[in-house]
Amino acid sequence: MNRTRNNPLADDLVRPLLHTSVWFYGAVLVLASIVACGAAAWGYQLWYGMGVAGVNWPVFWGFYETNFVFWIGISHAGTLISAILRLVNARWRRPVTRCAEVITAFALMIGAIFPIIHLGKPWLFFWVAPYPSARELWPNFRSPLVWDFFAINTYLIGSLLFLILPMIPDFALIRDRTTGLRQRIYGTLALGWQGTTTQWHRLEAAMQIMAVAIIPVAVSVHTIVSFDFSMAHVPMWHSTIFGPYFVAGAIFSGIAALIIAMAALRRMLNLHAYLHPLHFDNLAKLLLLMSLLWGYFVFSERLTVWYGNQPSEMAVFWATQRGAFAPFYWTMVFCNFIVPVSVLSFRRLRTLPGIVLVSCGVLVGMWFERFLIIVPGLSTKQLPYSWGTYTPQPPEIVIMVATFAAMALLYTLFSKFVPIISIWEMKVGNQPHPPLPADEAEEQQSLWRARP
Amino acid sequence: MAHRWGMVVDLDKCTGCEACVTACHAENNIPTAGAVEAGRGRAMHWLRVERYWEGDFPDVKVKFKPVMCQHCDNAPCEAVCPTYASHQTDEGLNAQVYNRCIGTRYCANACSYNVRFFNFFNPQWEKPLHLQLNPDVSVREVGVMEKCTFCVQRIKSGKTAAKADGRELQDGDIQPACVQSCPAGAIIFGDLNDPESRAARLTHSPRGTKLLEDEGTEPKVTYLQRQSWNEPDTQ
Repeated sequence: MNRTRNNPLADDLVRPLLHTSVWFYGAVLVLASIVACGAAAWGYQLWYGMGVAGVNWPVFWGFYETNFVFWIGISHAGTLISAILRLVNARWRRPVTRCAEVITAFALMIGAIFPIIHLGKPWLFFWVAPYPSARELWPNFRSPLVWDFFAINTYLIGSLLFLILPMIPDFALIRDRTTGLRQRIYGTLALGWQGTTTQWHRLEAAMQIMAVAIIPVAVSVHTIVSFDFSMAHVPMWHSTIFGPYFVAGAIFSGIAALIIAMAALRRMLNLHAYLHPLHFDNLAKLLLLMSLLWGYFVFSERLTVWYGNQPSEMAVFWATQRGAFAPFYWTMVFCNFIVPVSVLSFRRLRTLPGIVLVSCGVLVGMWFERFLIIVPGLSTKQLPYSWGTYTPQPPEIVIMVATFAAMALLYTLFSKFVPIISIWEMKVGNQPHPPLPADEAEEQQSLWRARP
Repeated sequence: MAHRWGMVVDLDKCTGCEACVTACHAENNIPTAGAVEAGRGRAMHWLRVERYWEGDFPDVKVKFKPVMCQHCDNAPCEAVCPTYASHQTDEGLNAQVYNRCIGTRYCANACSYNVRFFNFFNPQWEKPLHLQLNPDVSVREVGVMEKCTFCVQRIKSGKTAAKADGRELQDGDIQPACVQSCPAGAIIFGDLNDPESRAARLTHSPRGTKLLEDEGTEPKVTYLQRQSWNEPDTQ
């Protein structure tokens, strides 16, 4: 049906699926080899023991937990933002939602690997799952790690549903435009979609339910991740602010990741006609808002600790403020607050390269934030005799780099096999091409001028 | 009535000789990390003697404090373990079940005393130490946590011996390795539920304090220490 219709929108968005450039193969090869290095590093650690990593007594958690929290944070880009934008019916969301939801799915998968990598006996990770076993022992439901297991799995299943549901009409469209094996595969994925009124109605209803359901799940996930720390009586871990603080930080880093991914897609898949400067401008405003919120949380957290003046907490406070961890702390403040606020507050500086640069800085800053929450508290616990330090070792660094490559690889492959912009949602939009900010600005100017 | 094992450490008697540390290593098959790995924070001492200095040279006072698992009644390590590897026994011991441990190391982070240790590698002993392993104590493999057990193997064999002789367990029948080896007699072990035991009586001594008492962990180890205060500066 669609094959005969002249449809430039679908042509543009299906093209990356049907034509493969040399660059694609090159990128996949490079990224896959980096991921293979990470797998080898993990194998090395499995063979020789956790001792090849930098964790030690008393800093028992290091890079792996940092990356765990960081990636789970990144996962908040997608589903949460996309669900909110769907519910408020923001028209500009249409080309953004799928790019965002994919980030969630992959970041969650990558993040969820870290708690397994960091185990002393990773092959026994399933012991945190409740199942009737010969050991006749359930997991300890008092442990935040068990809460993590449930929270992350719920969020992963929900996000995958939220991602896959609106892909069904697009799969059907590709099915109708292809032949042979491709047609059979996409035909299976389309689950018999015919585009009847009933089917559309059910899809819309399902998306509404999912959008409402996924928001509390997303908020709870990062709250529970923060409970891994705030439940333990470690100086500067044991804080009531951690739940909302972690959620805000997660959305903050998530938006930054989304902006970077969208900019890369725009350049590589030639999607300039669909991802407008307006989209980046709107996301940049959200990023600015989250930066201010993040700054507020950090200020509240540190002010109360400083004012409370407990010896064990002050040791950690000064270690980050002006001690061994100070360079990281001030880099974090610079990247997460000073730069975003001073750049994104001004319309003239809020250009595409500027926004992308700020987003890269935010990712660096948020990574340091996670690190600074976990490590300094452990290195200066209550008894000064047991103070220690932490230096990451090669396996930890290689595995971390490999996960970034894994994210890029999964994203590249996904955009190769699925239209990265939801075709049917673009069609549904009354205004598939939102007005450019320049036009908008001009219009507003003329309005102002028209007033007496 | 069930036993409730506890310990008293008299800091006024401790000379910091570390005989208890050596005895603990020998009794419990604790691996030696070697100089390089020890420098990287991989040394394991179920019992350590912490040293604190007061004052400036030459008027220096050194204080020793043997620190082992405090076997807390309200143990932070137990709640956070996802697999019940760390749990409280009926006799008040804070037990570590090696075969349940999957190595999250969360218990070690939650412990305020840093008395839990992780097997970063498979255990090794420098020759000829490998010939003196204690057959009563299991050797722990890579990837699990371990810590002071109050020499649970000695508690078991003490009870068994008393039962075989058909008598009640007497105070002092059970001596963990550190208690047995302390030349100053600074460490006392016993049943806190037996009001006549030395440990139970000394627990209520006016010299008694608990380590990091305000953490609310309710330890079963009591430290005895002359309460000192600075003389008022009258001159």
